[in-house]
Amino acid sequence: MSSSNNVLISGKHITKVFGYGNHKTTAVNDVSFDLHEGEIVSIVGESGSGKTTLAKMIMGLLKETSGTIEYKGKPRQLRNHAARKKYWKDIQAIFQDPFSSFNLFYKVEKLLMDCIKLQGLKLPREEQVQKMKDACSFVNLKYEELFNKYPFELSGGQMQRLMIARIFMLHPKVLIADEPTSMVDACSRSTILDMLMKLRQENNMTIIFITHDVGLSYYVSDTIYIMEKGKIVESGIAEEVILNPQHKYTKQLIEDVPKIHSEWNLA
Amino acid sequence: MSENILEVKGLKTYYKTRLRENVYAVDGVDFALEEGKTLGIAGESGCGKSTLALSLMGFYFPPLHYNSGSISINGTDIMKLTKEQLRTQVSGREIAYIPQAAMNALNPTMKIIRFIEDIMKEHRPELTKQQVWQMASERFETLNLSPKVLNSYPNELSGGMKQRTVIAISTILNPKVLIADEPTSALDVTSQKAVIKLLKNLLEKKFIKSLVFITHELPLLYHVTDEIVVMYAGEFVERGTAEQMIFDPVHPYTKKLMGSILVPEEGMKGQKLAAIPGAPPNLKKVPAGCRFADRCSFARDECREGKVEIKVVDGRLYRCLFDTETLKEWYENEQQQ
Repeated sequence: MSSSNNVLISGKHITKVFGYGNHKTTAVNDVSFDLHEGEIVSIVGESGSGKTTLAKMIMGLLKETSGTIEYKGKPRQLRNHAARKKYWKDIQAIFQDPFSSFNLFYKVEKLLMDCIKLQGLKLPREEQVQKMKDACSFVNLKYEELFNKYPFELSGGQMQRLMIARIFMLHPKVLIADEPTSMVDACSRSTILDMLMKLRQENNMTIIFITHDVGLSYYVSDTIYIMEKGKIVESGIAEEVILNPQHKYTKQLIEDVPKIHSEWNLA
Repeated sequence: MSENILEVKGLKTYYKTRLRENVYAVDGVDFALEEGKTLGIAGESGCGKSTLALSLMGFYFPPLHYNSGSISINGTDIMKLTKEQLRTQVSGREIAYIPQAAMNALNPTMKIIRFIEDIMKEHRPELTKQQVWQMASERFETLNLSPKVLNSYPNELSGGMKQRTVIAISTILNPKVLIADEPTSALDVTSQKAVIKLLKNLLEKKFIKSLVFITHELPLLYHVTDEIVVMYAGEFVERGTAEQMIFDPVHPYTKKLMGSILVPEEGMKGQKLAAIPGAPPNLKKVPAGCRFADRCSFARDECREGKVEIKVVDGRLYRCLFDTETLKEWYENEQQQ
């Protein structure tokens, strides 16, 4: 479980509605949650259940239609650019598609340099390079080979690890990982998960996994929220939710996953 | 023993890069597939799985080129046919291929029925539009897909539905072999299950006779396939029944691959996941000896010399210098540490 019980982010009755009039779609419907410091949380659901919309609202990329999100006990302020920048120092994200999360016109060096600039640090050149080297070696990449390359010259796994190197440099309080491993193969998946776990141990970071991979969420998280059609239908400690599901939808979801020690019911 | 429906011998295909280098992505692959059987191909990204699938079709578009080897379907070598013969007689009728992200291949301005009409114009020109409609809706109904789909545009369908539609369209001529390249990798678990059900259904109703299933999701392969082949750096490294491969792998690479399985089962939490250091070798310059040696924790000096041939022990094929007993002992020692 979480190492401390300080609530870092809490959402109260959050609702998001897209569209107007007859074309209204409620993507997230009256969702409340408490995320603690150092906790790993998974939000699990099938496509279209509103999990990414929820993540975007936590990140401050979308505005909630009603309800409030509190950060460190106070309603968060995102009115102007300076306030948003301050918020994003603490909250960072890794997205599903590594190929579209980088600016194609920037070399890897500039990308990592921006992380140093975002922190507002003024360092001599040698220290900057040292910092970038440290970040790259943390994720088993070689800075010397990479710094002069463009993102599209890297493989998917390398890009995703570079994304984690960025997180390592910024050490945010909260990391939102939106399907971080759905586009990489099983081996890179375990490497990436290992790195995220290591990162958490170092900075006591809160990680929010958004995923449809039930196996992954069970493996990594302390707490699991199951979402169906914009609502959280079940939540609790990972072991309890996965091994002893109560809600019909959760049962269905777990049954749909192919397992290796039990039959897969295809009927 | 029933007849081999697909037989591949010494298939070698390569990519020619702009710098005139040849990258052998499929380097000497041999296998045979019996009628009614399903073969799974597993491996990391960049191991040549998708290139193998593409090569099996017999069509080679640059930068992919053919070097040597034969592909026989029901005894006829398709490599000896002309391109025109391949297009009219083989593709779609004998062998069908579902590429990765196939659901994005549907032209958004065409209704689903138009795709089927297109196929029929080429292969069964005697049918009228009504007959095609009749036939397509019957087929969709037997596969538990709503015939309403035929009259809709691709953007009206969900991802899982699009994928199932693509599979139904590509098997409409009852091909003998279906090659499915990662048909479920972009889908969530519920749609994934629906796709698998459809594939099983096709096999049961004998619309297709055999299936080659490519994925890196090992738990899925365990439930779908009879046999699993693990591919590494353009070669097969191990072949066995699904049961053997998942619970009793021989080759160190397979062992590591099986260790990275994540399933929501008791005891999974807290277990350490196996991660393989490094990346597959660059196939522009293939290392001598065992191709996995650089990443293998048991590699000895002799692993880096000569060429490691495939061995057959108790009906299982694997490509490693050491015998099964030695390997097992090493695995046990590693676990104790």
